[in-house]
Amino acid sequence: MSTPTITTVAEPAAQRAPDEKSRRPRRKVGQERTSWGATILLLLAAVTVIVPLYVTVMMSLKTDAQAVDGNAFSLPLPLDFSTFARAWELTDFPRAFGVSVFVSAVAVAGTVILSALASYAIVRNWSHRLFRWSFFYLLAAMFLPFPVVALAQIKMTGTVGLDNPLGVAFLHIMFQMSFSILLFTAFLRSLPEELEESARLDGATTGQTFWRLVFPLLAPMSATVAIFAFLASWNDFMMPSLITSDPALQTLPVVQSLFQDQFTANYNVAFASYLMAMAPAIVVYLFTQRWVLSGVTQGAIK
Amino acid sequence: MASVAPAPSTARPAPAGERKGIPGRSGKFNRVDPVFYAFLLPALVLFTIAITVPAITGIVYSFTNSIGFGESEFIGFLNYAVLFSDPAVLSSYGFTLGFSVVTVVLVNLIAFFLALGLTSRIRFRNALRSTFVIPMVVSGIIIAYVFQYLFSNSLPQLGQAISNPVLSQSILANADLAWIGVVLVTAWQAVPSALLIYIAGLLSIPGDVYEAAQIDGASGRQRLWSITLPLVAGYIVINVIVGFKNFINSYDIIVGLTNGGPGTATRSVAMTIFTGFTGGDYAYQMANAAIFFLIAIAIAVLQLRVTRGRAAIR
Repeated sequence: MSTPTITTVAEPAAQRAPDEKSRRPRRKVGQERTSWGATILLLLAAVTVIVPLYVTVMMSLKTDAQAVDGNAFSLPLPLDFSTFARAWELTDFPRAFGVSVFVSAVAVAGTVILSALASYAIVRNWSHRLFRWSFFYLLAAMFLPFPVVALAQIKMTGTVGLDNPLGVAFLHIMFQMSFSILLFTAFLRSLPEELEESARLDGATTGQTFWRLVFPLLAPMSATVAIFAFLASWNDFMMPSLITSDPALQTLPVVQSLFQDQFTANYNVAFASYLMAMAPAIVVYLFTQRWVLSGVTQGAIK
Repeated sequence: MASVAPAPSTARPAPAGERKGIPGRSGKFNRVDPVFYAFLLPALVLFTIAITVPAITGIVYSFTNSIGFGESEFIGFLNYAVLFSDPAVLSSYGFTLGFSVVTVVLVNLIAFFLALGLTSRIRFRNALRSTFVIPMVVSGIIIAYVFQYLFSNSLPQLGQAISNPVLSQSILANADLAWIGVVLVTAWQAVPSALLIYIAGLLSIPGDVYEAAQIDGASGRQRLWSITLPLVAGYIVINVIVGFKNFINSYDIIVGLTNGGPGTATRSVAMTIFTGFTGGDYAYQMANAAIFFLIAIAIAVLQLRVTRGRAAIR
């Protein structure tokens, strides 16, 4: 939109100055030639991201004999896929995976629905004190570290019988709500109210307006909120390890600690298990990058 | 089900319905549709039960001698008095704050220069950006286990190859160096979010500013110092505060890497607080948590002031 203005401003400047050097800036900065130096530096930097993941994959495919030589970077020869089967059995993978899926699913659904409802109520009633204050009250958890309330929370979840995956999911929702409400309210403020007004003219109640009109319009933001809730919940170690009392109901990240105690020699099996625990989050990320990338920036800048 | 049932247009006068229906717009004295209370209440009630009540009971407990169960009595500020002369607690604060400062500086330097690179004219831009974000989505404790293997096996092999006596042993087993491992892994995972924020900041600088500087003959370094840095200063401040806030809560990565060791050399405040379950000093660690809370509040106030300030500038 503003590009034509820029060109017309730049044009006379370039014509006025006769020498070669000042004519070149007519090209916008973003249109300069490819900088191969920067590209190579960045590719080298990207190696530091890849190395731990490369090591994880390589180690997971080694035989027991290869894994003990301590060389993390060597290629696995022969390939040994049995490590995955052994890790599967040792960690009782289906059960731990099931618990992780349950916790994440409840956390995602709860976060999206509770935050969207609360955000809608807050934004449409901003002129009322109760709703305005509720906003700041709910946002406060963003500044509240879990360790501060952990001792009392764990005691409480134990007393009411929530020292299980459901309790973990519940706390994940509570700690994710502030960030999610921040994203939802920012998005809702940008939605034109006229749409809702016309729905109301057609006789829709507030509930109908929300579920049939507003919530579908929130979809892109719900996607961002859901992915962040999923990543936080799926990867968390601190809360499940402290809240869940029954070791048989632990999530995937917590279960991995078993390789720290008894099976330290079987690095190949351990890394196969790490890989199986990390892969779902990486796969979800690769398919949903757009929302992940926008979520970080919006959360920080709004 | 998908469409809203249309009401006969003659049923009621439109303007009145409109005013009543959209309370947000129509001012203070308008009645709030009770449904909105039902929307807000679940979040409010659950939040209060899950977070506010434990926070308050925690503070109450910090004035008792409770061991987590059974009878206890009020002992005033005794827990707090002991806290400030407890070497275990003080050293955990020392480690946590020192480690956080070093990590914040490292993360922001790396993220800033990566962002400069990623917003310049490079090839494979999208693939590179996607790669740099991956650390953000992997589990902290698992990647710490992976790095633990690298630090205690691969790095010593390198140390032996270049016959460096310090690096020939695992840095995680060295009480003076273990914190470096914690810093590196924490930074590895924290760079992506700072990077994305810097990219957004750099992209918000209009291109013609650089164009003008180039016409005036500013060198690359001059442009960085006189244009880029001042214009992204707000983003730097946000990254520093948000980063610091996250790092003082460090737990997962430290557990996976050193478990607080060797000895208590890398034990964070969070880990010290959690000893309240097992060590029999429940109320005592509640007092520790309360102090920690005050620090968190101080950071929150700082963040609010800074973000408000930025909003005013814009």
